[in-house]
Amino acid sequence: MSEHFLDVRDLKIHFPTDDGLVRSVDGLSFKLERGRTLGIVGESGSGKSVTSLGILGLHKGGRARISGEIWLDGEELVSASPEHVRRLRGKKMSMIFQDPLSAMHPYFTVGAQIIEAYRIHNKVTKKVARKHAVDLLGRVGIPQPERRVDSYPHEFSGGMRQRAMIAMALSCDPELLIADEPTTALDVTVQAQILDLMRDLQRDFNAALIIITHDLGVVAELSDDILVMYGGKAIEYGSAEDIFERPEHPYTWGLLGSMPRLDREPTERLLPIKGSPPSLINVPAGCAFHPRCAFEGRTGGKANTEVPDLVETEGGHLVRCHLPREERRAIWATEIKPNLESA
Amino acid sequence: MVTYIIRRLIGALLMLAVVSMVTFSIFFVVPRLAGVTATDFANRYVGRAATQETVVAVANKLGLNDPVVVQYARWIKGIFVGAEYDYGAGVEHCPAPCFGYSFVTKNPVWPDLVDRMPVTLSLAAGASIIWLLAGVAVGVLSALKRGSIFDRTAMVIALSGVSLPPFFTGLIALSLFSYGLRITAPGGAYTPLTENPAEWAYSLILPWLTLAFLNAAAYARLTRAGMLETMGEDYIRTARAKGLRESTVITKHGLRAALTPIVTIFGLDVGILLGGAILTENVFSLPGLGKYATQAISTQDLPKIMGFTMLAAFFIVMANLIVDLLYAVVDPRVRLT
Amino acid sequence: MKKRTLAVVASGAALALALSACGGGDSTEPSGTAAPAASASAAGATGFNAGLENVVNPSDKKGGVLKMAVTEDWDSVDPGDTYYGMSWNLLRIYARPLVTYNPAPGAKGRELVPDLAESLGVSSDGSKTWTYKLRAGLKYEDGTPITSKDVKYAVLRQLDKTTFVNGPTYFNDWLDLPKDFESVYKTPDVNTDQAIETPDDQTIVFHLNKAYAGFDNFAALPATVPIPQAKDTGIKYRDHVLASGPYKFDKVEPGKQYTLIRNDQWDPATDPIRKALPDSYEITLGVQGDDLDNRIISGDLHVDIAGSGVQPAAIATVQQDPELNARADNPISARTWYVSILNDNPPLDNIECRKAVIYGADRVGLQTAMGGPLAGDIATSLMPPGIGGWKKIETFPLGTGDEAKAKEALTACGQPNGFETTMTFRSDRPREQAVAESMQQALAKVGIKLTLKGFPTSEYFTAYAGKPAYTKANGIGLATNGWGADWNDGFGFLSQIIDSRTIREAGNYNLSVKDPAVDALVDQAFAELDTAKRDAIWGQADAKVMEGAYVLPTVYSKGLLLRGKGVTNQFITGAFDMYDYLALGVE
Repeated sequence: MSEHFLDVRDLKIHFPTDDGLVRSVDGLSFKLERGRTLGIVGESGSGKSVTSLGILGLHKGGRARISGEIWLDGEELVSASPEHVRRLRGKKMSMIFQDPLSAMHPYFTVGAQIIEAYRIHNKVTKKVARKHAVDLLGRVGIPQPERRVDSYPHEFSGGMRQRAMIAMALSCDPELLIADEPTTALDVTVQAQILDLMRDLQRDFNAALIIITHDLGVVAELSDDILVMYGGKAIEYGSAEDIFERPEHPYTWGLLGSMPRLDREPTERLLPIKGSPPSLINVPAGCAFHPRCAFEGRTGGKANTEVPDLVETEGGHLVRCHLPREERRAIWATEIKPNLESA
Repeated sequence: MVTYIIRRLIGALLMLAVVSMVTFSIFFVVPRLAGVTATDFANRYVGRAATQETVVAVANKLGLNDPVVVQYARWIKGIFVGAEYDYGAGVEHCPAPCFGYSFVTKNPVWPDLVDRMPVTLSLAAGASIIWLLAGVAVGVLSALKRGSIFDRTAMVIALSGVSLPPFFTGLIALSLFSYGLRITAPGGAYTPLTENPAEWAYSLILPWLTLAFLNAAAYARLTRAGMLETMGEDYIRTARAKGLRESTVITKHGLRAALTPIVTIFGLDVGILLGGAILTENVFSLPGLGKYATQAISTQDLPKIMGFTMLAAFFIVMANLIVDLLYAVVDPRVRLT
Repeated sequence: MKKRTLAVVASGAALALALSACGGGDSTEPSGTAAPAASASAAGATGFNAGLENVVNPSDKKGGVLKMAVTEDWDSVDPGDTYYGMSWNLLRIYARPLVTYNPAPGAKGRELVPDLAESLGVSSDGSKTWTYKLRAGLKYEDGTPITSKDVKYAVLRQLDKTTFVNGPTYFNDWLDLPKDFESVYKTPDVNTDQAIETPDDQTIVFHLNKAYAGFDNFAALPATVPIPQAKDTGIKYRDHVLASGPYKFDKVEPGKQYTLIRNDQWDPATDPIRKALPDSYEITLGVQGDDLDNRIISGDLHVDIAGSGVQPAAIATVQQDPELNARADNPISARTWYVSILNDNPPLDNIECRKAVIYGADRVGLQTAMGGPLAGDIATSLMPPGIGGWKKIETFPLGTGDEAKAKEALTACGQPNGFETTMTFRSDRPREQAVAESMQQALAKVGIKLTLKGFPTSEYFTAYAGKPAYTKANGIGLATNGWGADWNDGFGFLSQIIDSRTIREAGNYNLSVKDPAVDALVDQAFAELDTAKRDAIWGQADAKVMEGAYVLPTVYSKGLLLRGKGVTNQFITGAFDMYDYLALGVE
């Protein structure tokens, strides 16, 4: 049992492949309450999307090996039957996908897709469902929803499509809403609109919201808590304030340094993260981040031999790093933060 | 939409005109260039003891001595306004569309084609339904159970189906089921649908299956590939995320998208088939358009060849048009302009 | 297991036949000896080639449907417009010529017997005038009487070869027609009595422009099947042929099928030769060859009308399966396959060079190429053995090629090192291709190099091998060829292929025989009134062609025919070398 609305404990999602075992998610834990927002941040391949699909039970029946526990409102989902999880899907928990052009079926009208989602879980007539769909479309800010309900996805602009996608996800008043890169495919001004919309909706619906993104900027204003993932593991987890004001992991520093900001030249990067994300099959020995870490030399040789634990530094702020706590704080204060601000 | 159809119909007519000219050239102009004279042509259509005078008279009667352009114009004129034919004891009017008279049997070509059409139509209709249903079903199951024994077996059978011609599978099927087990009709046992529907189906079941086997195999492979691709699409994940049953995900969302290219190919295949399933009709001795074409070609019966070619071309052109219209219905992203 | 069951059934059937014959009651033979004798005669001859000289499964039982089929269409069911042996054989079930072939097995089948006529023709004026008297009581299917005027009209009608292109031209060539006569359609008012007279409704008198003692052969042509002028619809008559025989057309679907049912106006009293056993005939056209064989093997079908034998696939089956083998007949047909040796281009204008080709040829290899011993016997001359006057001609050896003699001939011809020439064949006939390849290999051994050129059958005689302008220009030396008799006598077989005066611009079948001595023999045969002497002259002509080395015969064609299951009175008639279609019945 868990007293939290969503409680993920030691979640592991592994995929056996011909080349070896892919540990996409490898011992992930976090909690989330109703009305709160969690941002999961990481590069592609860090396991953030796999995690969200895992919560929705979309790996069930596939080749994935899943262990650990996912408690949602008092129910454990990993051990639950696929059919039971299916019934929760779309109703209790739903998802907003990246790139709505490919995530919406091209052959069905937007309305039909929303109506379908609503009628799976609600025994209502098509007429009622259609009215509901029009309402939802209006609510997510689509003009002339009575008319647009019969449009096809390709007839919408990118922002409109994302709004429609959100309307579809909200159709059954979900208590947990997962948004996977909800703004990545959109241009900057539209991004802001969509984020505003999601904030408003979350307030209205009082849902628990998980925003998955590679871009810290997206979660900066929305999130209560932030989980930074790297190589299938959490490497830093804390409140938004912890992450933005007192980040302690070199990778998080890198992400902060890569944040696009309106006051900075887009190409300029203060602290670029060198190299590329690790292979999930041959995860580097020791700290998975060490081949890319600028401070690897200050760990006393532990970086490439021991896997660091995720330890609490203070008040719910967790970090997975071999650097001594004082040194991390010193580096942040003297080497990183001034650079970020001076830019 | 209407302007689109009108434009396409005009295009289709032009296409048919080109086909007719090319066909006419192949059979009337090219041999001339190669040195075949009008009397050489006529020699094919006389008895084996014909004298030179007879050959010349026959060449004149068939109009083979006229310039090729005149012959072509006469042929075209026949289609639109009909033609006259001297059958010895009198002159007969062949009403439009008159595709001329067979040089060999002296029968007007068009009624022959109309007479053969129901056979080919019956064959095509039955076979196409069987192969579409069977091919798609096997393809979907194979895709969903990818790598299973079912998938591997089905794909090996499909490969053999695609590679084995009907004159092989048809003859094997005939000797096994018709002459060995005696559960199906022997070859050439066609009964029209209007005469006796049960007999009709009984007489066609083996040709249907033979022809369907060939195409079902191809469709199974196509469907499998299409389903594998579709089931990996984002919108399938979305459908699952909505909480849809897997069966609904597959049939409504997966198949809907995977079938779109199949519909296109199916339309074209049926169009081609309506011009006659040459091998199948010959193996099972079915008096359809394909058999007619074989006879026409083996006897160098030019009016028959022209008539058959035009009919087959017509079916293909129309099938193309229908498929394009259908595509716009099936895929809302397609606009007809 | 299966074979054993069949054997039991077969012996059971034989027993039943024996018993029924035994209990016939009418038997005048002593009962003690009846059983074995009856069993032998009732079961009749069985086994391989039983149908060559015997009536297999004789019976007078009426009724049933006789099912026939053919791989392709034939030219026409109009008796005035057909040149296929199979249709001459078949049309006699619905049509009656003046004279026809005796429905009997073997050589007896070549005898002519009166049909519409009361007797064979009576000649006068040195065989230039032939008179026939029709039997009394003859009627068409519509009940109208058949008159000699209808026979006259039918014969004149088919002279119009631009309308009826298919039939033979014997009447065109031999009747003493008035100059201003063109056709019954174009010149209907011209008096044609100088060619054919009908003094009354029963009598018809033919006047020839030159004597011909074998005129009964003409009278047996389908052209003498009567057609009333009122019912003639020209080329469309084929859709409504008026029956004079025991069956009439019920369904006519050209290219697809015909069905024939009993003609109740046919009076058996006027017809001593037709038994008319089946109640109806079902004839299917355009049946795929292998499927047709399978259907005859299984019993779904009774007769392959073409009568030219089973497909290669079935030949193997018939050879291996003893039960099928016992149902097969392997008659020699009046058809010879040969290679024409064209004497237009040097060095083949020299007889010695032509001889070298024949000596060098592998005659056994050629037989193998044509399909082996079941498909034909090695031929020694053009004329096949079934034809009167045939003699085995031993001008050339029949082995696998005589290199020494070939070299000798080459030296005599002035080409001791051989020469090069081109050979044509019909590319869509695998057997002819094999023949060409066999020739190429065998002749290479003696230094004669062949270039092979294949052409489609449909153009072969009209545009290539049969067109002298082409063969001369392209240096063609050898060409595959083949010929079947119109009817089985020297005239019917040889006249079209050895008379140099028949050679025209294109479409020739005589590709190489241009010899005044041969032409003279042909003329002599035409004029000879005595059958035996005439046959002898044709035999001489045949020998003369071989002496001139104008042709290299490969095989006398043989067909492997299958007797249908449950068919009665089946036998090979010498007239057509296929099953006689007049006598057949079904059990």
